[in-house]
Amino acid sequence: MNYNVAIRNNQSIPVKDIPEQSYHTFLESNIGLLKDRDDRHCVNYFGYGIGESVKLFCCIADDSMHLIYVSSCMINKGATLNSFAKHNFAFEKFEREINENFGIKYTDHPWFKPVRYAHNRIEKSKIMDNYPFYGVDSEELHEVGVGPVHAGIIEPGHFRFICNGEQIMHLEIQLGYQHRGVEQLFLQKKSLLERTILAESIVGDTTVGHTTAFANLWESLSDYQADKDLQFTRTLALELERIAIHTGDLSAMCTDIAYQLGSSVFGRLRTPIINYMQEWCGNRLAKSLIRVGKTNFPYTEYHAKRLNEVFVAYEPDFNEMITKLFKLPSALSRFERTGVVTHEEVKLIGTVGMAARMSGLNRDIRLSHPHNLYSTINHEPIIKNHGDVYSRAQIRKEEVKQSIGYVKALINDIPAFTSLSEPELKPRPEMFALSLVEGWRGEICHCAITNNKGELALYKIKDPSFHNWLALAQSVRNNEISDFPICNKSFNLSYCGHDL
Amino acid sequence: MFDNIKILYHQGKQFIPNVKTVEVPGIFRGRPVISTLPVDEQAIKSVCPLGAIDTNPVRLNLGKCNFCGECALKFPDKIKFTKDYKLSSNTLEGLIVTEGEDKPITINESLIRPEIRKFFSGSLKLRQVSAAGDNSCELELNASGNVQFDMVRFGVEFVASPRHADGVVITGPISQNMAAALQITYDAIPEPKIIILAGVDAISGGIFANSPALDRSFIDRYKPDLYISGNPVHPLAVINGILGLLGK
Repeated sequence: MNYNVAIRNNQSIPVKDIPEQSYHTFLESNIGLLKDRDDRHCVNYFGYGIGESVKLFCCIADDSMHLIYVSSCMINKGATLNSFAKHNFAFEKFEREINENFGIKYTDHPWFKPVRYAHNRIEKSKIMDNYPFYGVDSEELHEVGVGPVHAGIIEPGHFRFICNGEQIMHLEIQLGYQHRGVEQLFLQKKSLLERTILAESIVGDTTVGHTTAFANLWESLSDYQADKDLQFTRTLALELERIAIHTGDLSAMCTDIAYQLGSSVFGRLRTPIINYMQEWCGNRLAKSLIRVGKTNFPYTEYHAKRLNEVFVAYEPDFNEMITKLFKLPSALSRFERTGVVTHEEVKLIGTVGMAARMSGLNRDIRLSHPHNLYSTINHEPIIKNHGDVYSRAQIRKEEVKQSIGYVKALINDIPAFTSLSEPELKPRPEMFALSLVEGWRGEICHCAITNNKGELALYKIKDPSFHNWLALAQSVRNNEISDFPICNKSFNLSYCGHDL
Repeated sequence: MFDNIKILYHQGKQFIPNVKTVEVPGIFRGRPVISTLPVDEQAIKSVCPLGAIDTNPVRLNLGKCNFCGECALKFPDKIKFTKDYKLSSNTLEGLIVTEGEDKPITINESLIRPEIRKFFSGSLKLRQVSAAGDNSCELELNASGNVQFDMVRFGVEFVASPRHADGVVITGPISQNMAAALQITYDAIPEPKIIILAGVDAISGGIFANSPALDRSFIDRYKPDLYISGNPVHPLAVINGILGLLGK
């Protein structure tokens, strides 16, 4: 018997083709798929409210087969179930979200807490102020609360440390402050342009990543094959976004170890890359660049020439500074063995992107579920094994160089730009679509379901930060509390991407 | 040590000497100009995804504008975006661009509270609160302090504690979940204090304007002293806006 249906990245299928199982089978088959398989992980697990029922959809990616297994299960709102998380901890956040949105209870969930205090949550009595923090009853330990407003220009979140002197025993991170109701707004907004702008605003530092996921998904729903010029635009922009943000992150990491030369040099090196985005599309963060079915900013030989000029200036300065940083004993002593998350831990948590690759877990959608032009790039993910701040710095250093290589190859072969006017796109009725994109932080997953008129009935977003926040909390255990900033910055996770 | 000096030497001069007159690269979409050409008013109004365009006469409200450029693409003879990055005013009316008027966005000097220039023209310390911002305006506010834009040279700086601050810079449409923390931060700043709204999301809610997850009552309770338009705000818009408010 087929327990699920297999689709490829950016494939749409009729909702009726997704097998609907009893909860027992649903749980057993999905947990079974993941058992002892590092090359499989859950990319999205969510509920879709239909009257008094909730239909659960579970999407398991198989990186070796380049497939995503999808299955579903209908349950009643307010039902009490056995949890997936007891068998596979990576489900814990998904199940907490399902509880928050639909009131489903779990008999054996290991870490049953609110997620983001969504405005449409079932239990309105649960408010930000009464988050159930883990506590330790001891005369010898103390708690430190930080945030939501932090000592810098940074998004809000609350960090609660339990410390033994200077040493962190435990960190719990409370999020939700950034909740804007993005997923519901996707349904409320009716025009494609409004939805595209909304996609650009999910996470402003990953504008290209999230907007590409939306555009790929919408074209798939509408059975529209984007031309090579659009694939080129999205791939090129994704790699430029990676170079820009990684460079800025290296600056911020230098700031947090009080290395001012590195901070200034990497900080100023980000500018030519984002200014180049502005030369291309009029916006430093590439807002307005990615559009469904068309582009307003055709890429020309002139743009390629300019980009080569940017790299001619950027590369020697970047190489000189990064060589210095990785030779500097005082910097290395702060990076090495700080904020370690082990291979076993990242597997349990289910981290994605850099937060997986830092600890030997090969998760990179560009290789495993290639989208846009990545199937033409012979991508080899950068994998490190120590899981510390040093590994995260190394990944940035090497990915910047790797991305520059990809970009140079891409602009050697600029396709003809033909997609200059908007095609008539109409999403097909009663379809399910899933889109995975490797943003600079990691795997972005967008899912959508249409109703019988082809209107959007569900929009579901998973930012890489959704799982990775727990890896940050884990990384600071047994570190000095003064090392929290460098740990935090080395992950550079998204608050708004988590809170939606 | 020598390689440090070498690195420093290789950077050359990075700072922008004149932040008021420097030209930004590329096709930056700054202050729009609207021609007096006749136009299908319904069509031009409906092209804007954020309802920033009004008609009779045709006006573009930069407090609502996302700078997506869609109107200029559809009506290239009617609306053009210039590279003018001075996009700040101390009134919402000051952010409205009307057809046939090609004049800079300015600050209405007569409405500036006298204590602002008296106390802050030499030094202004600001506390930033991201209230459901998408981290794009936050990124650009950070960039305002880097070695290129170097806002600190004007005595304007972001500080870690509201107790050390002379005002608050708000980004984001202000979520319900962040409303209380924003109020507490504002209350912690000693008088006199100013409020700056940075970016379209903060000024009007932007694309999130009608979301039920917002609580924008803070904006109703207090009168902001400066609105900086953009999505995200450009560092030069931030610096020129603040310098304009301070009369520098």
